[in-house]
This record gives sequence, structure tokens and C-alpha cells, in this order.
Amino acid sequence: MPNATEPVARLRDVTKSYKVGRTEVRALRGVSLEVEAQRFTMLVAPSGSGKTTLLNLLGCIDRPTSGVVEIAGQAVAELSENALSDFRAQKIGFIFQGFSLVPVLSAYENVEYPLLLTGMPAGARREATLAMLEAVGLSEERDRRPNELSGGQKQRVAIARALVKHPQIVLADEPTANLDSATGAAIVSLMRRMQGEFGATFIFATHDPHLIAQADTTIAMRDGELLETGSATL
Amino acid sequence: MIFKIAFRSIFRNARRSLTTTLTIGIGAAAMLIFAAYSLYDVYVLQTTAVERGGHLTVYRHGYFDFGSSDPAIWGVGDYANVIRLIKNDPVLARLTAVVTPIQALAGIAENPGSSGSRTFFATGFVPVDQKRMQGWDEYGVGANLESMDLRTEDPSQGVIGFGLAQNLGLCEPLHLSGCPRPPKDAPTRDTGTAGDLPSQDFSGLADPSAQRTATPRIDLLAATAGGAPNIVSMRVARVEKQGSKEMDDGYVVMNLNLAQQLVYGRGEAKVTGIVLQLHRTEDIGAARSRLQALFAAHHLNLEVRDYEQINSYLGQTLSFFQSMFSFIAVLIGVVVLFTVSNTMGMSVMERTAEIGTTRALGARRSRIRSQFLLEGALLGFLGATVGVAIAFAAAAAINSSGMTWTPPGDAHPIPLKLFILGAPQIIAAVWVALVIIATFAALVPAHRAARLAVVDALRHV
Repeated sequence: MPNATEPVARLRDVTKSYKVGRTEVRALRGVSLEVEAQRFTMLVAPSGSGKTTLLNLLGCIDRPTSGVVEIAGQAVAELSENALSDFRAQKIGFIFQGFSLVPVLSAYENVEYPLLLTGMPAGARREATLAMLEAVGLSEERDRRPNELSGGQKQRVAIARALVKHPQIVLADEPTANLDSATGAAIVSLMRRMQGEFGATFIFATHDPHLIAQADTTIAMRDGELLETGSATL
Repeated sequence: MIFKIAFRSIFRNARRSLTTTLTIGIGAAAMLIFAAYSLYDVYVLQTTAVERGGHLTVYRHGYFDFGSSDPAIWGVGDYANVIRLIKNDPVLARLTAVVTPIQALAGIAENPGSSGSRTFFATGFVPVDQKRMQGWDEYGVGANLESMDLRTEDPSQGVIGFGLAQNLGLCEPLHLSGCPRPPKDAPTRDTGTAGDLPSQDFSGLADPSAQRTATPRIDLLAATAGGAPNIVSMRVARVEKQGSKEMDDGYVVMNLNLAQQLVYGRGEAKVTGIVLQLHRTEDIGAARSRLQALFAAHHLNLEVRDYEQINSYLGQTLSFFQSMFSFIAVLIGVVVLFTVSNTMGMSVMERTAEIGTTRALGARRSRIRSQFLLEGALLGFLGATVGVAIAFAAAAAINSSGMTWTPPGDAHPIPLKLFILGAPQIIAAVWVALVIIATFAALVPAHRAARLAVVDALRHV
């Protein structure tokens, strides 16, 4: 676990361009950023401003067109495809907007899945999975498949899945967008609580400025560029 | 977990998986039913051949290749001692069920009561041994030949083909049903103008007492070992339809003594062969080796031929079935390949976002590839298993249905059976092959799934 004052993620002059037909779209334009460890960082930006692209780079599921991405002190560009997968399995947790649970697995199995990828022994896996389900209040629903859970419950499973392996960064891409406001608020509260309990670094992307109050740090973006970073008052 | 996901994913689109499984299953069942039928067919032919002529036949050396045109001069002399030698050998005694002499011959048959004559080819048996040989049914095919009805106590009796009886004008005397009447304008021989041809009425040469019996008889003329013509009179005890017209028109089976009387006259009675019927076909090699060792030790100029050498159509039939099976297997293999490939392709497309999620969580490409390959293998496993079950059910239904069929070259219907358990290695091979094909069919979709860019996969709706 990195020291709280050390940056867990560092981007230096990162650009990312896509080809859409013959048109080149510049999603990120020279972004430089440091994300402090064990903080609840909120990335606030309107849709289409490049926040998902930024999260993809921070999550090591995409590579920059130029610039350097360092996660937990590791320059991502140096990692091979398999090493990058293993790196994600060990260090990064994801919470997606659409929950993205594996539909054929139960809540328990969905939470257990990332631990399998880390090679954790079965006994420890079971213990960690049950503890995490307990922490998100889904012990009773552990045998239910995603289609038997409500939207809020699905997102709780997704949070448990992201945190069960104690990653250094948890990336949440608009995790409340598919939830009603009450459930969304509850989910954000849960994430805040879990972040505090587990000492994880959360990067929470949203276009909803009302959620800023929940953040330790905010990062504002527009048109592929960072506008400002700052500390929010809780 | 990878197995859990693969197995459960099969049931996500139950209808599509069911169609794929049934396609594989029906393909597997078709192959197995054809194999079971082919196996039964081959066993029927083999059983029929062994019932008639045993597993091994001992000939005078050279007879098999050169002697059929003149069997009389290729006789095995002192055959009783050879038989004794075989029967007294402890190895052969254990392996053999029947050891019996036979005499092959050919000549001209004539009905003394009419003007027709016909060439015939005959075999002389020891009736009691022949009857024992007809009980051989190692594979349980139930293809026992009808008894030839040769009576030991009456060596003058014999069996002839239906066509021969018809040609010799014996339909009426033998009260044969289904015998066509000759056309009214059928040509007849003008004996007054055929002075240059030898007479075909041998009745004067035959035993006159035979003419007084009530049972219809025919005269059989053949050359003896010394080259002189000889004739015997044979009472027709029974008429038996043969599978081919050529055989039916010249078929004669008689008592060995009568055959020897015709071929060797008053000379030394020999035989053209000594037939050995074994308890088990798999002992052919051991029995042949032992016979050869025995003959070498006793300086006997004899050779041993097996039933497959004597009945070359058996090998041809087997090759035919094998080529048919291969053809069917290739067709079904291609159908399974494309069906599974299509199913897996659809599955990958529908689960693209899920693939993106698992890759984002840290699953390696190899894990995704393995998962889809496993799904293909599971489809193959389920389909092949269903196919084996269908084949067993079909075999049970057909085997108990009482259906009959007439094998090629035969005249009598026998029960139709499917030997589904006759060759378990075929079941295993079909099952394994289909699982491998299904797995192979998933290779391209699995590779495509593994190569998906995580970001693109996550964006997939």
C-alpha cells in the first residue's frame, strides 16, 4: 500500500487520439495529472469530455497515443499484454456504469472471480468473498444471479468485486448513472465508507456536479483537457 | 470457475444450444447406427462363410491357386491320418470346434426323366459335421443356415439349387412352388439332327435300381482323377434357393462319400480340403501357425487358407463399408464444424461486453480463449453423448422390432440387428472425434474473443 501522500497514479503529457472513419478525434490533449493515494477523487466533466478515456488509461485497459502513464510506480508502457492483465488483476478495481456483472455467476461468484485471477487459494478466497459481501450488505443475496438483483444490489456486488482484492486504485465510471437518485446517493455513500475502511484510492467519474461534496479531491475536465484540480470540503 | 462459466453459458441461449447439441447428436447417432449396421452386416457375412466353410481349410499345396479347374487330381491322400494328426494336437484340439473333410467337384447334371442337362459345381460334406458347423454363431447374429438335410444313413441324397431344379425340369416332380412354366414356344432339341454331339442321356450308365425309387433323382457326370468319365445317381432330398442365379443354376451339395465315389471311383478316396472351424475367430493366427508347424514337422505338402482368402468378397465388403463410413463421417464432421462455429460465433458476439469486463478485471487472453474452447468442447461432449444415447435407443428399438432382411448373395431372410456394442472402440472414436471437432470449431470464435480490445469490448452494446 503506497503512502497516503504519494501519488498512486501519474500521467505526464498524455494524449489519446481515435480514428472515427477518416476523422481523427483527440480525446485527451496533453493531460498531466497526479492522483494521491487513499483519496476519493472525483473526475467531474460533461459527457464527451474524455473522462472515460482518462479512466481507461488509468485502468490500464487502453494505451496512450503519447505520454507516460505510471500506476503504482509502474510505467504501463513497459508491460507486455499478459503482464498488463496480471497488473490489472492485482492493482486495479473497476466499477462500471452498467454494473457489468457476469450474468451466469451468482453474486458470490462474481465477487470471487477477481480473486481467482490473482491465484488466491480457495480457503482465503471464500473468506475474503464472504467478508466483502457482508461489508456491502449482500450476505443474504450471495447465491442470486444478477438478473435476480435490483440495480442498487447489482452495483453493491460490483463494488464488492472491485474491492475484494484490495486494489490500489478503484475506478468508477459513472456508477450511479443507471440508478435512481436515492439509490445513487446510497451507493456513493457506500463507496465512500468502503474507501475509508479499506484505504483504497477511488477515482470516481461523473457528470453530476451534485456529487462533488462527497469527494476528497476533484478534477474537472473539458474537451480532453484538465481544467482544475482541488480539494473539496466535506 | 472457467468451467462453471462455460457450462452455464451454454444454457443462456437454450434453444440455440439445443439445436447445436441435437445436430451433433443426430450426426453421432447416424454414424454409430451406420457403423452398427455395417458391423452386423460384416458379421453376418463372416458367420455365413464360417458356417459353410469353417475358418481354415487345409489343401494340397498349390490347389488354392491352380487346382480349382481339376479338383480331382489335387486330392489330399490319407486325409484320415491328417485329420487325426490335427485332432490329436493339444493346441489345435483346444482351438477347433469341428475338423471335417470336404470334396469339391464339377461336372454335368442331368434329369434322366427329361432331356435337359446342366453343368454343376458341388461340394461333398460329412453331414453330421456340416450340421455342427451350422451351429457356429460367435457374434450372435442369428444367421444360421437352413439345414442341408443330408442324411448320414443315406449317402445317395443331396441338395440342389432352385435354378438347377428348374433347368432340369424337376419343378413338377419335386412339387416346387414359384417355379415358372417354360414358354409355349420354347425351343426343343432335335436329337435326330444332332448326330455330331455326344448323347446327354447318362441314364444307361447309372445304377438301374436308383430309377425305381420314388424320390426324384439326377445323374451327375464328372471326370475321375484318372480322367475317365464317371456317373452317380443322387436323390434330390431338398431344393435350396441361392442368392445369385449363377450359383442357383449349378448348386449341388452331397454326401462326401457320394462325391468321392464320383471323383475317385474305385481308386483311393481323397478329399480336396480339410476344414477347421474354430471356437473363436481371433484364434485363426494361432491355429494357422500350429497347422503349418505340424505339417512341416511331418513333411506334409499341405497349405492353409483362411476364410477371408477363400471368400474374397468379405474383404471387399468390409472395405466398402469402411469407405462409406468415412464418407458419412466427413460429411457429418463438416456439418458439426460449421454448426458449432456458428453457435460459438454468435455467443462471442452476444457476450462481447462480458469479455471486456473479465479482461478489465485481469483475465488474460488465454483465459478467454480457453473459456470459449471449453464451451465448444462441452457442446461436443453433450451432443456426442446425446448421439450415443440416441444410437443405443435406436439399436434397442430395431433389435426388438423383429425386422428381417436378406443379405447379399443369400436367399433366406435373417433378423435385422444393429451391433451397437460390437465395437466399443467405434463409439469411443466417434465420441472423441466429435468433441475434438466441436472444440476445433470453437477455435476461430475463441481466438476472436481473446483478441478483442478491452475498451472496444466494454463499449459493445
